[in-house]
Amino acid sequence: MQIFTRHTGIVAPLDRPNVDTDAIIPKQFLKSIKRSGFGPNAFDDWRYLDEGGPDIENAGRRINPDFILNQSPFDQATILLARENFGCGSSREHAVWALDDFGFRAVIAPSFADIFFNNSFKNGLLPIALDAAVVDDLFKRVSETHGLELSVDLEAQTVSCEGETIASFEIDDFRKHCMLNGLDDIALTLQHADKIKNYEDKRKQTAPWLF
Amino acid sequence: MSTAKTLYDKLWDDHVVRVEEDGTALLYIDRHLVHEVTSPQAFEGLRIAGRSPWRSSSIVAVPDHNVPTTDRRKGIQDPVAKLQVQTLDDNCKEFGLTEFDMSDERQGIVHVIGPEQGATLPGMTVVCGDSHTSTHGAFGALAFGIGTSEVEHVLATQCLMQNKSLNMLVSVDGEVPPGVTAKDIVLAIIGKLGTAGGTGYAIEFGGDAIRALSMEGRMTVCNMAIEAGARAGMVAVDETTIDYIIGRPYSPDGEQLEQAKTYWRTLHSDDGAVFDKVVHLDASVIKPQVTWGTSPEMVVDISAVVPDPDAESDKVKADGMRKALAYMGLEPGTPIDEIAVDKVFIGSCTNSRIEDLREASKVAQGFKVADNVKLAMVVPGSGLVKKQAEVEGLDKIFIEAGFEWREPGCSMCLAMNADRLEPGERCASTSNRNFEGRQGQGGRTHLVSPAMAAAAAIKGHFTDIDKLD
Ligand code: SF4
Repeated sequence: MQIFTRHTGIVAPLDRPNVDTDAIIPKQFLKSIKRSGFGPNAFDDWRYLDEGGPDIENAGRRINPDFILNQSPFDQATILLARENFGCGSSREHAVWALDDFGFRAVIAPSFADIFFNNSFKNGLLPIALDAAVVDDLFKRVSETHGLELSVDLEAQTVSCEGETIASFEIDDFRKHCMLNGLDDIALTLQHADKIKNYEDKRKQTAPWLF
Repeated sequence: MSTAKTLYDKLWDDHVVRVEEDGTALLYIDRHLVHEVTSPQAFEGLRIAGRSPWRSSSIVAVPDHNVPTTDRRKGIQDPVAKLQVQTLDDNCKEFGLTEFDMSDERQGIVHVIGPEQGATLPGMTVVCGDSHTSTHGAFGALAFGIGTSEVEHVLATQCLMQNKSLNMLVSVDGEVPPGVTAKDIVLAIIGKLGTAGGTGYAIEFGGDAIRALSMEGRMTVCNMAIEAGARAGMVAVDETTIDYIIGRPYSPDGEQLEQAKTYWRTLHSDDGAVFDKVVHLDASVIKPQVTWGTSPEMVVDISAVVPDPDAESDKVKADGMRKALAYMGLEPGTPIDEIAVDKVFIGSCTNSRIEDLREASKVAQGFKVADNVKLAMVVPGSGLVKKQAEVEGLDKIFIEAGFEWREPGCSMCLAMNADRLEPGERCASTSNRNFEGRQGQGGRTHLVSPAMAAAAAIKGHFTDIDKLD
């Protein structure tokens, strides 16, 4: 997993609630058996005016000029600012892969859907939940300063703007530790293989029909 | 401190292998369901790391999202989809896993075949790389959807790192009026909770109206827990649960069954168990539901009109409503029962079981699909559901009424195969998501029950099944 410590980048505002994973990466791209290459199709239905597909070249497609990620400098954004319940719907990790592949390192929103939230950590994409009022304020700042940059510090658990800390955020210690060190959690779990085996042995006694 | 536990507490405690200092737990997984879309990258990861599945017998795999619902003998036409299904077949062969492949009569939607085979049992932890895994909670199991990295984690370790959710009880009290189904109950719940209302919670559904549901109805309710934001939904075990399980291929028998039953009967919330949140709904006032927007919380009674964003005081919400109405091509104030449909889809892991097909066929019997409806299709949830429906003659009722009778799979629930809406087309659908583009780019989805979908097919517009003569 990618290490995340500190990051500074341009913020792209996506001003709608309940952005679902179908919107982040439409189903036709889920046919891929790879983990990479989804970036050009992130938000495909909003980003292009014609229909795309896994076997369609994006280069020749009609761009939707009104969509925020098609406008400079937001096409270079690395932090996404969104509204509540971001990432709801389908469990597809492809949504996180698409955001990551586009270049995003963090998403800021008042709230996230659970599965998306989990998936993000597995890929070094940092989901930051902030108070709705703070998010509102960020949307205001972004509209006032074209190409506003924010800095995210995972170690300190803060978000700052031009040197001024504007919010701090919560994160579980374990997740923070894994992300700061880029740890592979399968290897971590396998360190407890004996405990898993013990559990299984006990369970075989109490619930043999499960084995 | 009280020792009374909720059902969720019991299921959780029974599966904890170890706990980190911050409370993150390593949770043991009993059943791992696998489908073709969210697994290839997980198997690939396993291979690259030189690992193999921890417990192959916990896995049941099936292709469902990409499979064609028309003539199977021709195989899959789309080469990209074909490769994905082939990859699942190959992975299952390589790692020695049970798979019901496309030619197997037990093939079907992963959340339909698990319970059908008895592979979903009370007291289990059930996971699948699919958000509607919440369906299996209907059996008093802890079942939730996971991402592909987690699929790989379960394959390699039989465990998951999890943080415990909060407890929520949704109690549907009293009796529903005739014609009101499990789908209407759950849509009404989502309408009340909102799509994020359950985020961070595990929901137990209780109350007389839930107890009165069949297992299939309970599955419909739990299926959509995720649409209220809850990763897991569940219903306590009772005799309805146990009766459903007995005799299924994967379920225990003999002495083990007796032992299991004793355990299963403990799988309910104790008297005095404390929930972090309790929500009550009065069943007697629930009417057939129809969604009007692009989120399942955008739902009203069949007798209502399309709501007006100007009447919404929350600005973010009102903007969301305006975007939804523009996408759906609807005007505020339009009576729901005047909205005409172009297509009708009866299927998906929410509503493709035998009881769903019986309900829809009862409405369709003796009628014809309206002229303005371009396509009305029925897609059974599994090969075995299809076979049972054919034994009962339901296929004939549908075909005579002008519906298409298809092969099992996810089909137009998410339109990964050839079954999809064209831009602007409006569909009455028994599936679970009405997101933009869900059933095809530009397609407009209205979520309803099977009976309501069949009625919309016959009338050509939404209608109260009570008013169908
Ligand atoms: S039927 Fe629809 S919701 Fe259910 S598993 Fe298939 S695609 Fe997902």
